[in-house]
Amino acid sequence: MSNKLANFLASFAMLWMIPAAYAEYKLNLTAPVTALGVIIYDLHTVITLICVVIFIVVFAFMFYSVFKHRKSVGHKAAQFHEHFWVEVAWTVVPCVILLAMAVPATHALVALRDTSEPDMTIKATGYQWKWGYDYIKGEGEGISFYSNLSTPRAQIEGTQPKGENYLRETDTSLVVPVGKKIRMLVTGNDVIHAWFVPALAVKQDAVPGFIRDTWFKAEKPGIYRGQCAELCGKEHGYMPIVVEVKTAADYTTWVASQKANMKKTEVTEDTEKKWTLDELKTAGEKVYANNCVACHQANGMGNPPAFPALSGSKMVSGPKEAQLNRVLNGKKGTAMASFRHLSDTDIAAVITYERNSWANKTGDMVTPAEAKAARALPALDETSGK
Amino acid sequence: MSTVTHDHPHDLSHDQDHDHHDHKPTGIMRWVGSTNHKDIGTMYLWFSFTMFLVGGAMAMVIRAELFQPGLQIVTPEFFNSMTTYHGLIMVFGAIMPAFVGFANWLIPMQVGAPDMAFPRMNNLSFWLLPPAALLLIAAQFAPGGGAGVGWTMYAPLTTQAGPAMDLTIFAVHILGISSIMGSINIITTILNMRAPGMDLMKMPLFCWTWLITAYLLVASMPVLAGAVTMTLTDRHFGTNFFNAAGGGDPVLYQHVFWFFGHPEVYIIAIPAFGVISQVIPAFSRKPLFGYASMVYATASIAILSFLVWGHHMYTAGMPVETQLYFMYATTLIAIPTGVKVFNWVATMWQGSLTFETPMLFSLGFLFLFSLGGFTGLVLSVVPVDVQLQDTYYVVAHFHYVMVAGALFSAFAGIYFWLPKWTGKMYDETLGKWHFWLSLIFFNITFFVQHFLGLAGMPRRIPDYALQFAEFNKISSLGAFGFGLSQLLFLYVVVKCIRSGEKALDRQWDGADSLEWTHLPSPAPYHSFTTPPKL
Repeated sequence: MSNKLANFLASFAMLWMIPAAYAEYKLNLTAPVTALGVIIYDLHTVITLICVVIFIVVFAFMFYSVFKHRKSVGHKAAQFHEHFWVEVAWTVVPCVILLAMAVPATHALVALRDTSEPDMTIKATGYQWKWGYDYIKGEGEGISFYSNLSTPRAQIEGTQPKGENYLRETDTSLVVPVGKKIRMLVTGNDVIHAWFVPALAVKQDAVPGFIRDTWFKAEKPGIYRGQCAELCGKEHGYMPIVVEVKTAADYTTWVASQKANMKKTEVTEDTEKKWTLDELKTAGEKVYANNCVACHQANGMGNPPAFPALSGSKMVSGPKEAQLNRVLNGKKGTAMASFRHLSDTDIAAVITYERNSWANKTGDMVTPAEAKAARALPALDETSGK
Repeated sequence: MSTVTHDHPHDLSHDQDHDHHDHKPTGIMRWVGSTNHKDIGTMYLWFSFTMFLVGGAMAMVIRAELFQPGLQIVTPEFFNSMTTYHGLIMVFGAIMPAFVGFANWLIPMQVGAPDMAFPRMNNLSFWLLPPAALLLIAAQFAPGGGAGVGWTMYAPLTTQAGPAMDLTIFAVHILGISSIMGSINIITTILNMRAPGMDLMKMPLFCWTWLITAYLLVASMPVLAGAVTMTLTDRHFGTNFFNAAGGGDPVLYQHVFWFFGHPEVYIIAIPAFGVISQVIPAFSRKPLFGYASMVYATASIAILSFLVWGHHMYTAGMPVETQLYFMYATTLIAIPTGVKVFNWVATMWQGSLTFETPMLFSLGFLFLFSLGGFTGLVLSVVPVDVQLQDTYYVVAHFHYVMVAGALFSAFAGIYFWLPKWTGKMYDETLGKWHFWLSLIFFNITFFVQHFLGLAGMPRRIPDYALQFAEFNKISSLGAFGFGLSQLLFLYVVVKCIRSGEKALDRQWDGADSLEWTHLPSPAPYHSFTTPPKL
């Protein structure tokens, strides 16, 4: 192999190492695992270097003045205040530098926005405060699930030591195959969120009522973490994203197991099972901890008026239908989202739990069948549903 | 009027008061009813400093919570409220009124006018501010707490917010009205009341920067008013401007807001440039390099500032052609800004420099504002911005230009003009301490935030993953130090007013604008009641 070629290959190889090296010190962008991510990383490096060089040159002049042109060393002031050609030069030269920067920037941007001919299409929906994924097209289409923060509250509150992936771990991950162009459709359910995964060099605002798209093609299997990047309310900091990039074979296995699970839930959610109140209450406590505790608090006292107390609440001790309606449909114009996506059993369990906890002693039980029937109800009118 | 001959060549105090007895109203009505540009300027400055401390306290809460991962001190919703009001109070309550205070004090004196064109409207412009500030503070105590929506108040999150949002919208309206009236005053004063011989291209650059800024304000504040009014009607009157289900578009809010928001940052920066353009020549004992280019560069920046708002919303989903346009337009602003920086350095070049506190803050400005400008250039490149939008890199960028930029410039101006305003000198040693402490702690606080942003830490989160812990801790420590250092500034100012040494009429031998060459220190209550001979 010729020297030149060997040198070129060696430098190219080193270029790939640089992101890894810097990532250790956490001084630079996250090590990219996509080809476009590498382009962006390098673009950032080049622009920053140009800025550093200009900065040093300009301030070399300033510091020179500071030391050599000071009154205390006897320097007398010149009185010039114009110089046509110098001024032309320092206007034209920056123009040229910026034009030079614009060229690679334009190429990278056009590539970034080219979502055509994807291998797979997945929709990410931002909710207050979790992500939902729907596999729209390609291998795995039809798979659909939510992805919640899975860090226990005890770690957040400091009563348990924090795990390695504190705040960047979820109960389910977005699983994709390596080396495939994944087109991400991004939208919001309620307010604007943003789907951001640094290692994939992807960020797209999730705007309610509109679908935007972006894309990535991961070159390395692995787990890549990100989080919501647009202020979306109180739990904005608590809606992470975990993307698992698998080899083609592992991905196919995963798809098969997901589909099998989905079948199982459809078949085995037995709304005819005879539950006891205690069983529902116990199950409901878990559902509450996973879905309700952030706003309504573990003690049921909430944080009124934005987050009403459930303990001692009229709605919780009143007719079951109204409470079912509220949980299934949410309350428009407030942070109370719809929890329709929970299973009938989970809905029944959590309402039973609430109606028999804290200051609430209704002795009521809500069955999964009742929860299922309540799905047909139209949402309560917001002025009269209180 | 008889001509006045000078017995004492350096004593200008008899020059101006022969047709007045320096009649000042007394007591509280002096201030409540003031139509005097100096008193009103003083009130703006004290108001802005008070708001600076209030906004600063909110920043301390933010940095205290971010000191370590986990939620230790405040709830997430309170944290969001703190970030929101820290931004609103600092932008609208601290930094903008500070520069209006400078405008009030200096423009009439620098153009040779006896006061502003509309002294009563001037009074109203100021007195609208304390009620607006009280509304912003009262919003914290509204049911549900302060609105946790960010100072940018994006829809449709704002539709969900509690009653505090309405108080906030009302406050923003009042602040806008105050700014618009102030701008009308400034434009009219500069265009109509300059003394004979004070041509536009002879005015101190500070006046030019305020003339240009006033036009920016008049054009952009009504747009902000539109944005928050649409938010109000979406909240309460059944409109759907920002609600897709009703036929609207959340991104419309962003366009309208940032159409105001980008000129807004230049509204803050351009008067800061004006102050620096007075201070650096004075301490270089050399005229400002390229006066005409500075005027054109400032005007170019102002015009361009209306054409680049999209760079705040690159990831909102605009078409690639639009992203390309905004990227090119945004990088263009680097050119006139660069010209200004070069001109300031060229002013110093071959000068005869001394480094009293105003000059130290100006050099700090020059160095750190430029650094902030460079990170702005990095952010303007869309593919890179995709990684950095809504992260701490942006927070670092704007604190470099707003704090190390505008705030340092305000400090430079205050130290520079305190002798003229009060007739007394500040303590130079303590002033230097204030500078060095501010410089060091500022950089500890904000330099590391660039790395947080690069590593992917988003903004406006009360808690974060463990890899961000080290730099957050450092940033918080820096913030506590920076906050404390500002108390030193308060001490320096109060000490100057109460017991500073008598200042010279022309305290700075390199200063050459009319307030320094034609007026005593302190400047008389009514100055230039007859125009100066130029």
